Amino acid sequence: MYDVVIGLEVHIQLNTQSKLFSGAAIKFGQAPNSQACAIDLALPGVLPVLNKEAVHQAIKFGLATKATINKVNIFARKNYFYPDLPKGYQISQANYPIVSDGELTFDVNGIKKSVHIVRAHLEEDAGKSIHDLLQDYSAIDLNRAGCPLLEIVTAPEFYSSDEVIAYLKTLHRLVRHLNICDGNMQEGSFRVDVNISLRPKDTTILGTRCEIKNINSFRFIEKAIQYEIERQGAILEKGDKVIQQTRLFQESTGKTIAMRDKEDAQDYRYFPCPDLFPVHISQELLDEIASQMPPLPEDLLAQLTGHYELSEYDAQILIDNTALLQFFFKAIKEQQTPSPKAMANWLLSDISGFANKNQIAFEDLKISPADIALLVDRVNDKTLSSKTAKQVLTFLFEGQTHVDKIITDHNLKQVSDVGALTQAIAEVLEQFPAQRAELKSGKDKLMGFFVGQVMKKMRGTGNPEEVQRIIQDLC
Amino acid sequence: MTAWHQKTLTQLSNHLHQGDISSTALTEHFLNRMQEFNPSLNCYLAITADLALQQAQSADRRLKEKTATLLTGIPYAHKDIFCTQGIKTTCGSKMLENFVAPYDATVTKKLHEQGLVMLGKTNMDEFAMGSTNEHSYFGPCKNPFDLQRAPGGSSGGSASAVAAGLAVFSTGSDTGGSIRQPASFCHLVGIKPTYGRVSRYGMIAFASSLDQGGVLSQSVADAALVLEAMSGHDPLDSTSAHQPVPQYFNLLNNAPNSFKVAVPRSFFEAMDPSSQEAFKKVLEHIRSIGGEVDFIDFNIQDIVIPTYYIIAPAEASSNLARYDGVRYGYQTPHAKNLEDLYMKTRGEGFGAEVKRRILMGTYVLSSGYYDAFYQKALKVRALINSGFQEIFKKYHVIATPTALSEASLLKSHDHDPLAMYYSDLCTVSVNLANLPAISLPLMQRHGLPLGFQLIGNHFDELTLLQISHKLEQVSPWVDHLSPIKARS
Repeated sequence: MYDVVIGLEVHIQLNTQSKLFSGAAIKFGQAPNSQACAIDLALPGVLPVLNKEAVHQAIKFGLATKATINKVNIFARKNYFYPDLPKGYQISQANYPIVSDGELTFDVNGIKKSVHIVRAHLEEDAGKSIHDLLQDYSAIDLNRAGCPLLEIVTAPEFYSSDEVIAYLKTLHRLVRHLNICDGNMQEGSFRVDVNISLRPKDTTILGTRCEIKNINSFRFIEKAIQYEIERQGAILEKGDKVIQQTRLFQESTGKTIAMRDKEDAQDYRYFPCPDLFPVHISQELLDEIASQMPPLPEDLLAQLTGHYELSEYDAQILIDNTALLQFFFKAIKEQQTPSPKAMANWLLSDISGFANKNQIAFEDLKISPADIALLVDRVNDKTLSSKTAKQVLTFLFEGQTHVDKIITDHNLKQVSDVGALTQAIAEVLEQFPAQRAELKSGKDKLMGFFVGQVMKKMRGTGNPEEVQRIIQDLC
Repeated sequence: MTAWHQKTLTQLSNHLHQGDISSTALTEHFLNRMQEFNPSLNCYLAITADLALQQAQSADRRLKEKTATLLTGIPYAHKDIFCTQGIKTTCGSKMLENFVAPYDATVTKKLHEQGLVMLGKTNMDEFAMGSTNEHSYFGPCKNPFDLQRAPGGSSGGSASAVAAGLAVFSTGSDTGGSIRQPASFCHLVGIKPTYGRVSRYGMIAFASSLDQGGVLSQSVADAALVLEAMSGHDPLDSTSAHQPVPQYFNLLNNAPNSFKVAVPRSFFEAMDPSSQEAFKKVLEHIRSIGGEVDFIDFNIQDIVIPTYYIIAPAEASSNLARYDGVRYGYQTPHAKNLEDLYMKTRGEGFGAEVKRRILMGTYVLSSGYYDAFYQKALKVRALINSGFQEIFKKYHVIATPTALSEASLLKSHDHDPLAMYYSDLCTVSVNLANLPAISLPLMQRHGLPLGFQLIGNHFDELTLLQISHKLEQVSPWVDHLSPIKARS
């Protein structure tokens, strides 16, 4: 009956050291009002000074989405009264956003889709009002006031919640990859407003939309969209009209509730902020930032799955973890003969596994790309078996270095010498005569048992292929 | 010998350096005069005697240790629009009656680094909105030439204090004439530098794109010394200019031998005949020091007031939104809910003129009116600026009256705010065009001073000061200064 049309506004908190117009820190979870300076408190006479790093991060986003970076940036004041808005206005960009006309391509169930990013503009965050902390008062925390935000606005070009989620996940990955946002949705670093409307199937005129604000997980976004499709559908079914509203998603009920109607919309009296001159972005700055841009996720994916033949799954994990990815590239560069697939396996299974088990961040592990490169090389040239390689890795985790020295010191070199192997095997066969008879009579299952026993005897240093061949010969 | 309070800054600086008097003694002299005369003049809102004596003592140490500058130890009056750490800064408003800033304005900081002695904070129209100083919450300030009259505004207290010999010089701020007009009414030199020359950090905002700090003094040399100390780029003010500050004082005597002066006919013709006579005499003096004077057509008199009174209130309406009773300042004791808190706090905390301008400013920025008023005013402002630039292609300075009549009687504008607005006619265009201008004494009529104004090109305060200084030598208004009634 109806098609859903959705546009998105995503606020990302930029990854700067300090606020957009003051020197106060922006760390999450600090004591209330401990990160609010005179400028954030809007004391008389204070003035804003633009944080250049925020501008650079916005430019990075624009470059990554093939957008136009506008050379003249004018900051405007958006005037309204609220206790957590200390100046009585928010400094934002109205008619002159820093980024316009970008696009983001993403994968929806195997099909590529691109969405038009209409604009992305810089603005400062408001503080937080807390209404349930004190009995007769509302509490205000201004730590968040002035935090740098980039508001990313798409055209109404999403036609299902699947598309919305796929876009958001791709965007989420991109901003973390660019290191311009930590992406933490619980802490409000990645906030999504959904503009949603319905229209009769196969028509083109947009229906009346509702805006659902600040939903803080992908699951809730999906739920909110589903609820809103049903709610608006039921209204239209009855022949009524949808009222243009701002609505809030309620996590407890999975429903959206009306927050304010269009009639309550305020006149924000936007005008250019006279405390800040227009900010001109030079071609030199654009070139400089472009030269420092990391490769984009989509390009990396093509490189890792194409040239390096990794699985898409493994490639994606590497792309999502900058430290891992950089380690991967450094390590294969150090290898005698690069073996990206094997390297990815070591990094994603044993090494990441160790980090997870011990709750250490990957970048805090005491291992160097050179050592891991040599480790994988030593497996490839059969100096180490996978088993002894793991033992070497344990020593590396403890802070030892020099793989070859560890191999020598701990006698971990793989033994392929027939004489040495034959002696060990003969001893084992003698030890288990009954099983030997069974193996001889064709019970192949016991081969594993004997190989295992030989390896145990040799502390893992036996070449497993050779061991198996000799056992067969001797039986 | 002339009394200490009748001497200029430059003279007193010599005395301090020669050891004729200590800064402490000089400061005590001024503090005594303030005790005696401030109750009738009301030019100081706060007298900071303890701080002043402390600063004077450390100035005396610096003088002894030979680390003093020409400003060290000089007692001055600071307009109460500049934040002073640990000392109330009221901006003439009930809203900030008990506000104590935890920081110094950049101007305050720079002046105090020179070792100046702050005697107190001066009276002003509330949030610098007014031309008579009658819009101060703390009562009007009086003109020392005639206690029935206003000293001008908004830097009325600053002008009154220096004219009465209650400070050697004073600071002021000028959004539409607030330094020059009171200087003109109190027979002083008043300079408003180019927008961006002096940091606005910690100078409480009225209209951010027009506000500029400056000096009121007894002589051009005094103004040059103080302005030099105040000026310079400030990383805390994004609109402050990256322009080197010339040595105004040392270069004072290097005026050009010949220069060209434009006199817009419309401004000259707006003066009454006796003012015109006096003004012509100034032009004669100008010619005598190498100035070539041309009368030119520059007809902006009909557009400057409407343009100014759209832009300034628009910015003010937004700048003053922070006074909401939530974090600091006045808070109504009668609020029942949030909206009530806002309405009553602002209704009770602001005076009539401030509320009038907030209303005007809110109106001209409102959706549906923005293009017709604010946007149009910005365009006219750009036109005014380019009109000035055309003139500066041919002329070094522009000469106009500072105000068209002398200081008004108190309460004369009570029911006619428009009349007060139109008294800014000669000064506001300078702010709209971001230009520097200086007001110099022109004459006294029936004992009431009147000034004239020289306008310079952007960041060319030096030429302005040099020409003014040369003019001061041939037309020694400093002599006219001394027999001021309240100064004896």
